[in-house]
Amino acid sequence: MPKVNVKLKVNGDPYEVAVNPSGTLVEVLREDLHLTGTKIGCQTGDCGACTVLVNGKSVCSCLTLAVEAQEKEIITIEGVGLSYDKLHPIQEAFINEGAIQCGYCTPGMVLSAKHLLDKNPNPSELQIRQALSGNLCRCTGYARIVKAIEVAGEKMKNPVKEK
Amino acid sequence: MSAIKGKNNLIGASIPRIDSPAKVTGKALYAGDIILPGMLHGKILKSTKAHAKILNIDISRALALPGVKDVIVGKDTPCIKFGNWRLFPNTQDELPLAVDKVRYIGDEIAAVAAIDPDIAEEALSLIKVEYEELPAVFSIEDALAAGAPLIHDENKELKSNISLDRKIDVGDIESAFKTADYIREDTFVVHPHSHAYMEPCATLAETDSEGRVTIYTSTQTPYIVQCLLASTLGIPENHVRVMKPAVGGGFGGKMELRKWEFCAAFMSRRTGRPVRFVLSRQEELESGRRRHGMNLKSKVGFKKDGTLVAKDFEAYLNGGAYNSMGPTATFLCGNFGAMLYRYPIYHYRGYHVYTNLPPAGAMRGFGAPQAMFISESQMNMAAIDLGIDAIDLRIKNAMVTGDKIEGVTTISSAGFVESLEKVASETKWKEKKKNLPKNKGIGIGCYSFISGGVFNWFNTQYNFSACEVRAYDDGTAHLLTMSCDIGQGSDTVLRQILAADLGLAVNMIRLTAGDTAMTPKGDLGTWGSRVTLMNGNAILDASKKIKEQLAKMVSIKFNLNVIHDVAFGDGKVFAKANPKYGMTFGEAVTLWVKANRGEELIARGVYTPRDKGLTTPAYSFGAQVAEVDVDPDTGVVTVEKITTAHDCGTVINPLGVEGQLEGAIQMGIGYTLSEQFAMKNGKTLNTTFLDYKVPSAEDMPQIVSYKVDTYEKEGPFGAKEAGEGLAIPTAPAISDAVFQATGYRCKDLPITPEKILRSKGKI
Repeated sequence: MPKVNVKLKVNGDPYEVAVNPSGTLVEVLREDLHLTGTKIGCQTGDCGACTVLVNGKSVCSCLTLAVEAQEKEIITIEGVGLSYDKLHPIQEAFINEGAIQCGYCTPGMVLSAKHLLDKNPNPSELQIRQALSGNLCRCTGYARIVKAIEVAGEKMKNPVKEK
Repeated sequence: MSAIKGKNNLIGASIPRIDSPAKVTGKALYAGDIILPGMLHGKILKSTKAHAKILNIDISRALALPGVKDVIVGKDTPCIKFGNWRLFPNTQDELPLAVDKVRYIGDEIAAVAAIDPDIAEEALSLIKVEYEELPAVFSIEDALAAGAPLIHDENKELKSNISLDRKIDVGDIESAFKTADYIREDTFVVHPHSHAYMEPCATLAETDSEGRVTIYTSTQTPYIVQCLLASTLGIPENHVRVMKPAVGGGFGGKMELRKWEFCAAFMSRRTGRPVRFVLSRQEELESGRRRHGMNLKSKVGFKKDGTLVAKDFEAYLNGGAYNSMGPTATFLCGNFGAMLYRYPIYHYRGYHVYTNLPPAGAMRGFGAPQAMFISESQMNMAAIDLGIDAIDLRIKNAMVTGDKIEGVTTISSAGFVESLEKVASETKWKEKKKNLPKNKGIGIGCYSFISGGVFNWFNTQYNFSACEVRAYDDGTAHLLTMSCDIGQGSDTVLRQILAADLGLAVNMIRLTAGDTAMTPKGDLGTWGSRVTLMNGNAILDASKKIKEQLAKMVSIKFNLNVIHDVAFGDGKVFAKANPKYGMTFGEAVTLWVKANRGEELIARGVYTPRDKGLTTPAYSFGAQVAEVDVDPDTGVVTVEKITTAHDCGTVINPLGVEGQLEGAIQMGIGYTLSEQFAMKNGKTLNTTFLDYKVPSAEDMPQIVSYKVDTYEKEGPFGAKEAGEGLAIPTAPAISDAVFQATGYRCKDLPITPEKILRSKGKI
């Protein structure tokens, strides 16, 4: 089958990729753009490890065809924090609260958390748990992930001004 | 939790994981993330039959497909069997690819390497296998029935499908039961359980011009993979380099040589190109390793006052088609059956049974969740019959420091009674139990677990654990170890241990872990909760040697009296009595290097548990209380609260231990309530996370935990096992709570709404 050209804006950068019509967004991100921070855990949309933001909305990139992302703005984990010195408050909170163990679910968790906090800066614990219900973690029991999102939410509301 | 931190404020410090910045930014590389130039993509063809002879395999059409670079079948390989139990070569029953026969749906038959994954997948569909189907057996009963097909008929020493048995006989069991006032005998069935690590297995192999193989693989045991890969390829071990990148969870499921590791290495040697395999979740759930399902029978006798007199325990393990780590599970199940309480007389019979199911392997808790589900349930049932509170009955019989199981083990530290007392008081156990609202229940389960195994089934010639420490003139040190962080946090904890002992900051320690070409031989990797105690002890051994050398430098420089001790802290080496007689760590190393005419200051440290019995050098203990609500109409169980008190010796990193505890509870809830394989004629039907239900964030209860203080003299700074054993108590605790709420006593895991409603006659 002939390939289709797809224009994407990923983490602010423009890309043009020739993709299989049946190719998924996660394949393009990982195999073509080498943005391997987005993980594949199931390929059936059940685990959330491949979560990215498409035009601000969290989606499973394993269930999204690459052609569906035509001309859209995509944020992957590589676009959340600019460097180790300039982490997003969600990333800082994940580190400090011990929300990371094996780390394989972490990029998807961070993106789901970002999607939640961008829309609702004051989520209740239940709302956080609901927002994470599409992201499976096998190591942490979620307790510290929930806590990290609470801490990050507070910090995003009251950013400490840099001196 | 104790606020006082030990040794240089680093022991007991909640340091965030050292690898977390890389993981939270997506920069951490897992095996499936690594791309090499010219890399081929591998796929494996698996058996669609549960038990069959292979009559013919036609690979011609697959080979002819453009883009396919290699296709292999069993006969192309050296056909060398492998298995983790090298001590008993007869138990090594797997071939890299099946040759004459397949034994389960998923048994690997052929492998393809192609220029992209789609072509590799298409090539698999072009391979034609002719089978002659054989009768298959899936249950323990059928596998042991007269006339059952012998699954490993090639092993002439086996007269049945029992591949291995284990006996423990402590005392005269028949006379002991005659002295009992109360005897109960129960039969339980426990089900298989998936590791469900989030990272599906992946391996990338490359071969150099001299035929040496390097593989990057998702493993918890690089040394085991190195040895078995070399033996199956028929090349020297030193020609295989195993590198462990970031690993997305293991839980025991990544501690053997796996078929795709062999195929990647073998095909990279044949093609001269790197070959990568990345498994799908479907493959993982369909035919991946799992926890053993078991049929269990236990007879236990008490005096009227609750004193235990004897236990007779029998376990049949459904091992699936190959031994895998089943022999160890058979041994450990018997050892764990004797744990927690003082059974003066104990008998165990364990049988590992071949069936035509996917092989079961090691999984968190490893024999203990099964053994202790029945024993803890029996304690709860006996307490009711004897009219004694379930916690009081446990305290009366609890193991304490110094207890011995003759010829098996000694308990060098135990905070079990304290754990029981703590959960009783914190949950207001007795009061709550007396006044349970309708449909609510409260129940208890306990555990003990090992801190690494003693039994040398791998038959390693090297020390059980080893490390190398290099000290540099810039005030830093380099720690090299084969111990693997697979998510449990050992990279952080091991650096903490070395930093604390050398008096350096944690970020002054560089770590190289899990690279068999760089790290010292003789560390068996990550399993059985062995890393903190065993590698921690090896690190302290090396650190002591470094410190002795540096102490000499300070002693000479300041003309210290021989009675002075030298201390290490804040990056300095100094006389304890007078810190002004001291220098920086880097200055001390510089002096040593000069004194040794340019040599590098390097020390090796090792640990092997010698004369520590047959099981482990140290045991953790704990007690857990579950509170549940059961919907009387639907039978749905909601776990509302889990309270745990546990004894894991000195806690090196409380943040890490808490995370392990919370994760163990999640896995325990899944095991008890939501996770089970749906099987039909040997085929796993639920191969997605939609149908195999791992608990989500919404399914988790309130979690409260308490640490009981003990000091384990066998462990580094007093530490011992933490986190793995916690996979044990949740099932018996929830089961007991469900009984309190509904009157349904589960003897057949998992607990499902259907079973509860059926017990009430509602369906």
